[in-house]
Amino acid sequence: MRAIMLAMILFVATACSTAVLAVAVDEKPLADPAKEAVARALMKEIRCLVCQNQSIEDSNADLAKDLRLVVRERVAAGDTPDEIRAFLVARYGDWVLLEPPFNHMTAFLWGSPFLILLLVIAGVTAARKKSAAEPLNRKEKARLKKLMKAEDKS
Amino acid sequence: MNGAMRFIPLVVVLVLFAVFFTMMSGDRNPKEIKSVLIDRPAPAFSLPSLEDGAAAITEADLKTGKPLLVNFFASWCAPCRAEHENLMLLAEDFGLNIVGIAYKDTPEKSRAFLDELGSPFSVVAQDIDGRAGIEWGITGVPETFLISADGMIRYRHWGPIVGDSLQKRLLPKLEEIQ
Repeated sequence: MRAIMLAMILFVATACSTAVLAVAVDEKPLADPAKEAVARALMKEIRCLVCQNQSIEDSNADLAKDLRLVVRERVAAGDTPDEIRAFLVARYGDWVLLEPPFNHMTAFLWGSPFLILLLVIAGVTAARKKSAAEPLNRKEKARLKKLMKAEDKS
Repeated sequence: MNGAMRFIPLVVVLVLFAVFFTMMSGDRNPKEIKSVLIDRPAPAFSLPSLEDGAAAITEADLKTGKPLLVNFFASWCAPCRAEHENLMLLAEDFGLNIVGIAYKDTPEKSRAFLDELGSPFSVVAQDIDGRAGIEWGITGVPETFLISADGMIRYRHWGPIVGDSLQKRLLPKLEEIQ
């Protein structure tokens, strides 16, 4: 009896979980696995504009779903990834790409690590120059001699 | 560390304070992404009208020789309800033509929404699958575009037109192009 109950519970549980999965995977991948791989790779580069720090590949937002559809459609129609990126940038701006392209707007963004590195190098060299011991002048030399003599006597 | 050099860290901290403070106190919304369509012609589209038997609504309907608004809305969108009053005001008191685009909604629900609140729109197009929304680069509803007489997009209002955003943002832009 208990075994039957357990089996029933398990059956219901698996039925439920597959039902849930069936809802989550409501999108049809492209029939051609090579094209689907291209589409998937591209989806990873496209920002979800609703959640903003996720790619459309792993976002559940409605707009992300629509954009996945657009990407798949265009890949199926034979568009290159560059053409699809250009299509999205023309509508949403560079921001739609998770990796911003290098242009005059993003020059500071891309250049800032090097700028900071240069500043640090300049700072360190300046500090080292200063801390390097300067030779003693005449007055100091005389004082040192005096001090040494006093040390010897004691 | 001597003389003026010793104040460098203090100056850096003060500058950062000033930057953070101005970024925080402005009415800039970090979720809002600048539209790339500003000063570009309105994108081409062809959408069924909400009115039965009426011809499809296209970008040609935006060239009326007068400035107009294109408002993306949906019955399922609460902020759209919030801005509705202001849209009515713009249509009635300012005599502005407003083209409504019902974004990802069923015609029945769009009709019910407008029956309940009144329609500020001269025409309503249906963007059932949200494709026109992508053409216009919207990230959600409501979003409102100000189109000049020559069919160019001059301003995009992101989010609902509520609070002082009508007076401070939309109306000055409207005056600018009139």
